[in-house]
Amino acid sequence: MKELIVVKNLKKTFTLSKKQQKIEKQNIKVRTAVDGLSFTAYSGEIFGLLGPNGAGKTTTLRMLATLIKPDEGDAFIDGASIVSQQNEVRSKIGFLTSELKLEEFFTPNYLYDFFSSLHGIAPEVARARKKEMFELFGIDKFAEVKVADLSTGMKQKASLCISLVHNPDVIIFDEPTNGLDVITAKIVTDFLLDLKAQGKTVIVSTHIFSLIEKICDRVGIIIDGKMCVCDTLHTVCGGKTLEDKFFEIYSEHCGGDE
Amino acid sequence: MKRSRAIFTIFKKEMARFCKDRRTMTSLILPGILIYVIYSLMGNFMTDAFMTDEDYKPVISVVNCPDQMQSAFSEEIFVLQKTESIDAAKELVADSTLDALVVFPDNFWNDMLTYTPSPDNAAPNVDIYYNTTSETSSVAYTSVMAILDGLEASISNKFDINNSSKTYDMASDESMASFMFSMIMPMLLIMFCVVGCMAVAPESIAGEKERGTIATLLITPIKRSDIALGKILALSVLSIISGASSAIGVIASLPKLMGGMAEFDGSVYGASDYAFLAVIIMSTTLLFVTLVSIISCLAKSVKEAASYVSPVMILSMVIGITGMLGSSSQAIWVYLIPVYNSVQCIVEIFSFEANALHIILTAVTNIAVMGVGVFVLTRMFNSEKIMFKK
Ligand SMILES: Nc1ncnc2c1ncn2[C@@H]1O[C@H](COP(=O)(O)OP(=O)(O)OP(=O)(O)O)[C@@H](O)[C@H]1O
Ligand SMILES: [Mg+2]
Repeated sequence: MKELIVVKNLKKTFTLSKKQQKIEKQNIKVRTAVDGLSFTAYSGEIFGLLGPNGAGKTTTLRMLATLIKPDEGDAFIDGASIVSQQNEVRSKIGFLTSELKLEEFFTPNYLYDFFSSLHGIAPEVARARKKEMFELFGIDKFAEVKVADLSTGMKQKASLCISLVHNPDVIIFDEPTNGLDVITAKIVTDFLLDLKAQGKTVIVSTHIFSLIEKICDRVGIIIDGKMCVCDTLHTVCGGKTLEDKFFEIYSEHCGGDE
Repeated sequence: MKRSRAIFTIFKKEMARFCKDRRTMTSLILPGILIYVIYSLMGNFMTDAFMTDEDYKPVISVVNCPDQMQSAFSEEIFVLQKTESIDAAKELVADSTLDALVVFPDNFWNDMLTYTPSPDNAAPNVDIYYNTTSETSSVAYTSVMAILDGLEASISNKFDINNSSKTYDMASDESMASFMFSMIMPMLLIMFCVVGCMAVAPESIAGEKERGTIATLLITPIKRSDIALGKILALSVLSIISGASSAIGVIASLPKLMGGMAEFDGSVYGASDYAFLAVIIMSTTLLFVTLVSIISCLAKSVKEAASYVSPVMILSMVIGITGMLGSSSQAIWVYLIPVYNSVQCIVEIFSFEANALHIILTAVTNIAVMGVGVFVLTRMFNSEKIMFKK
């Protein structure tokens, strides 16, 4: 198995503005969101990043997607550094979060073409892929409807398609089923398994145990920006449920802190 | 992927986004249409100017003309018109059907000859009513004055002309308003330049940040500075459309507006004046669009951007008002001060004193400032602190 995503000692701090300090009633100027994170994800696997709110999952994935730069450390996506080879990384990955929105004034059809063009994909290739993807997600029915008039599930499907216009080998997915109903959520999880079957590498973040148990091969538990455990799902659980194991690790972590 | 293609793709998307949005299009084009309607109406209120030819005979009425002066007010120089009453004649002067009304007091000739100057004894007074809005009325006034001046000189200060507290100039208030309007013009034009930018830039930059759609763009493998360039290009085009629409509104209504002013001799501005105005408006708009984009980039939401931009709007209007002080002979470095230089140039153009050097200096300064601004903006798009501020 090929080491497709190699994360080495990533660190990210945020400087809090005066206003933010006031809101959070804290007197610290700098917050460490991700603190020396390392892990490896292998090709053809689904890697799950599990952690409570504020653990640093989104921050980690944003760094992997080159949206923000780490303060220290580096990560390599199929050999390309997220620090020094950002454009290579961007063309290798598909990044999707619920924060990444589509512009409301356009139709899925227009946006698909727009992003294809930004990725520099030949029009014929883009057209064939669009047809295939739109059919798969049933987007054909609303391809010409403005994003503003779509339901949350439709938007999510459209975003999913559009984030994969360039057929990337690595898919980074932050909270994939957040805010979706069970039916749409199932379509998304099925699609992730489908991607895996195609030999793609997927990395997802979530705080939902069942999602990890259902689709992930490997899991990393992240608390307060630190990686506590990282191994195959089977090894991490060791016969217990993931939930039990998580709380075991969580209380251990908090106990060790104080 | 070639950079130019990436920039063009972004540009196209921005254009499509705003052209689909009827509200933005309205706020871009509407000021121009409004200004045309308002100025045209102003122009129509004002009396039409007419050409004066060399042997034009002013139409006047003379009341109580002494016999001794009949020969001076002859049909050779004037078209003499009978009047029913002085008040009716005054009205005719006001609407320019009559060029002047001369009223001699009763017994003028005898009173004048027997008059001895002394403080408590008022000299007999001749009233001349005229109208400065009308070219021909001015001609009539001058002719009448010449006759009476000659007479006064020949019999040494025996009477006064227009020496009482009555209003003699029958020109209407509208012609005064037109003067005011040409002074307000620089402020209006500058304001419309800003309005166009404000309609698009906050929406395109702060709006995309607010709605999280910018991140979707930022993860594509194109340079962030190219995203900034594509955006600023589209915003420039849109703002220039808006600025041009206002400018065309002004220019289209100018002949009507200026037509009412005797001082402008009915002539309109030349092609070069219009070209200069276009250069000034275009470069000023580019300057503003860069400035408003930078401000929008610093803001987290459209609302915040709008509140940051309003001081800029107010400041530029204040600078626009300085145009009312007119243009005096200024030091050349004045044309290196952004916005103020544009106001000065607009004033110069409207007062027929357009100066190519001033225009060039202003345009070059504006474009140079824009260049610096665009560079700053591309750096801002690269800064995660600015793009992902919480
Ligand atoms: N731009 C920012 N400025 C300041 N602090 C930030 C910023 N982004 C994240 N943080 C802080 O970093 C920490 C980690 O945030 P992050 O969003 O990565 O957590 P998460 O694991 O994704 O949580 P959730 O499950 O709620 O999505 C949090 O304490 C958050 O407040
Ligand atoms: Mg998160």
